[in-house]
Amino acid sequence: MILFAAVLLPVFGAIWCAFPRSGRAAPFVTALCVALSFLVALWVGARVAGSGMLVAFDGWVQVDAFAAVLMLSIAAVACSATIYSVGYIAHLRQPPRRVRTYYANLALFIVSLMAVSVCVEPGLVWIAVELTTLLSVLLVSFTDTRDALEAAWKYMIITLLGATVAVLGVLVLFWAQHVAGGTAFSYAGLAADAHRMNPTLVAAAFALLLVGFGAKIGLFPMHAWLPDAHSQAPAPVCAMLSGVETSAVLYVLLRLSPVFRAAPGLHADIWFALFGAASLAAAALLIVQTHDLKRLFAFSTVEHMGIIFLGASIGTATGNLGAIWQILTHALTKSFCFFVAGAVGVVAGTTEIANVRGLQRYAPFVGTMLLFGALAIAGAPPFAIFLSELTIALAAVSSGHVWIAAVLFIFVAIAFAGTIAKVAGMALGTERAPGNHHPLPASLVAVIAVAAVPVLVLGLWVPVGLGTLLTQAAAQMTSP
Amino acid sequence: MTNAHPLITEVNALLCGFFVLSAFAMVVVRQIGACIGVFIAQSLLLAASAFVLGAQPLSWHLFAVGCVTLLSKPIVIPWLLRRLVPREIYTAREISQSLDVPTALLVALALALVGFALGARLVHAAPVSAPENVIVGFASLLIGALVLAVRREAVPQMLGILAMENAAFLAGIAIAPDFPLIAELAIAFDVPLLAFIVALLTRAVYRRVGSTAVGELSALREHAR
Repeated sequence: MILFAAVLLPVFGAIWCAFPRSGRAAPFVTALCVALSFLVALWVGARVAGSGMLVAFDGWVQVDAFAAVLMLSIAAVACSATIYSVGYIAHLRQPPRRVRTYYANLALFIVSLMAVSVCVEPGLVWIAVELTTLLSVLLVSFTDTRDALEAAWKYMIITLLGATVAVLGVLVLFWAQHVAGGTAFSYAGLAADAHRMNPTLVAAAFALLLVGFGAKIGLFPMHAWLPDAHSQAPAPVCAMLSGVETSAVLYVLLRLSPVFRAAPGLHADIWFALFGAASLAAAALLIVQTHDLKRLFAFSTVEHMGIIFLGASIGTATGNLGAIWQILTHALTKSFCFFVAGAVGVVAGTTEIANVRGLQRYAPFVGTMLLFGALAIAGAPPFAIFLSELTIALAAVSSGHVWIAAVLFIFVAIAFAGTIAKVAGMALGTERAPGNHHPLPASLVAVIAVAAVPVLVLGLWVPVGLGTLLTQAAAQMTSP
Repeated sequence: MTNAHPLITEVNALLCGFFVLSAFAMVVVRQIGACIGVFIAQSLLLAASAFVLGAQPLSWHLFAVGCVTLLSKPIVIPWLLRRLVPREIYTAREISQSLDVPTALLVALALALVGFALGARLVHAAPVSAPENVIVGFASLLIGALVLAVRREAVPQMLGILAMENAAFLAGIAIAPDFPLIAELAIAFDVPLLAFIVALLTRAVYRRVGSTAVGELSALREHAR
């Protein structure tokens, strides 16, 4: 019941927005519903940390520690993104009908993302993942410019193509389990039958799922759509797409990883590590040459997906802990960065790196927060991401995967240098008075100020309940 | 097929043969209206294969899949497209494909061979009631991906995705005939939603850009501006 409440509460917001007379209340009602859903998700997290598992429909809809971490990340980002939208979307001055559609669409998109975290039957999960694409396409094209439409189209075609490949992967997985005599088609059921499954079929399913879902995660070389979509969408949508949509799909692959690991001769870990390293390296080099702040953060998402894959490929409990923690810290930090990027767009009128100078002087709050976000996402101590990346590096070294630690160190350093060099010029630099300088709407200031707290605090102190969830989740990744 | 009537096996093999032909046709048919026709034919073939395979041993699952396919793909999707997408584009011929027809056919042939080989490996690895479905499914999936690469118009690109989905389900009805029905029903609702969203976006592109040649949209890249 409580699980359904967490997932379905935003639907009420969408229903409200569907009424033509919902008028000015639409943003607030949606924000309220999403905020309530976040509170329920917190409650779910607390219950799971205490009892280990919440079951709504056994084998179909249930939440364990790993799912709870994802659910919390999604709910937190969704809540802040919806409140942020109130000021941001009003600033874009679109007709009321479009605004109502935006909120309805956003609420349903949040529902589909939450559904990814609570479903455990791969068929259902696939539907949820497909819905995340379908329900976010029109959010990406919201501003209705030529560029936004192009970005939305590429996003849609490539991720739907991936989803179609992935559905065949799900079917082959079902076949493999069926032939092996297994019955419970869920993450746990599949892992239990994994040793009896035909390795050829599992390998085929792995390839189809890795390519199919990899397109949606933005793994190199299937990342080309990602910087376009994640830079053309309105800032709160970028925060959702970059912060949680990519990692929700990555979560599905991690959930299935025990099945792939059990197949002899498949070496799923090596494939994870290769794709992870390639994504990290490519993204780090792209960060160095990008010209747009939102594209920079989008490339950084590809980079972080690579890091999470590297962490998961180590295969030890510490590696898993680092990977799962990185999912949470990346969600919070990346969404924060996009909130700030949106604010930069508002006060400076553009997010082109070369055209924004001296934010610190004429918009000190935005300038400071931009520096803060850039340091946090690049992995400087004492921010949360530093801690999760350090965990992954330590896990790699202590388990003898020195090359993973080396790749991690080299390319994170490159990305760090690239990010800081670009952002420092925008925040500090010499002042260049912008032609269309707008004041920052209140909801943007509030969300940025509040979202900054966990980005820093989780690097210094991890609440006991969250720590329990993370360690439980790390154990579940190897033996669900 | 191990214990089904030989006639069923042969009819199903024939349907699969036509299915692969329809996948090729999707690559080369130029007129957008005709492209929709090919897609409808392909969906009918998928439904027919589900009915034939569901006849013996009797499987309500497969009948349900067949019915849902009949309802959503040949009826709902063309209806949605006609309602939402500007009428002019149906009679338009797509001139600027990124590959000419003979080259595209050659590439499609190569992809089909790769798909046949992949599918054949799988059906050798594990028993399956209708191996030709798996083999043809894999081949058509790859050819469908080629449609996306070759086509520059919005509607054919969407039909390419739906053709890939048809291919995945053609394999699916053979390898996972008792896949949980709830998932299949949801997938059946998912397809019309997909067509709806794509059609809305196509309409928006048409209004803004003045054509639906989405392949021509290429402003977004690192150094373009």
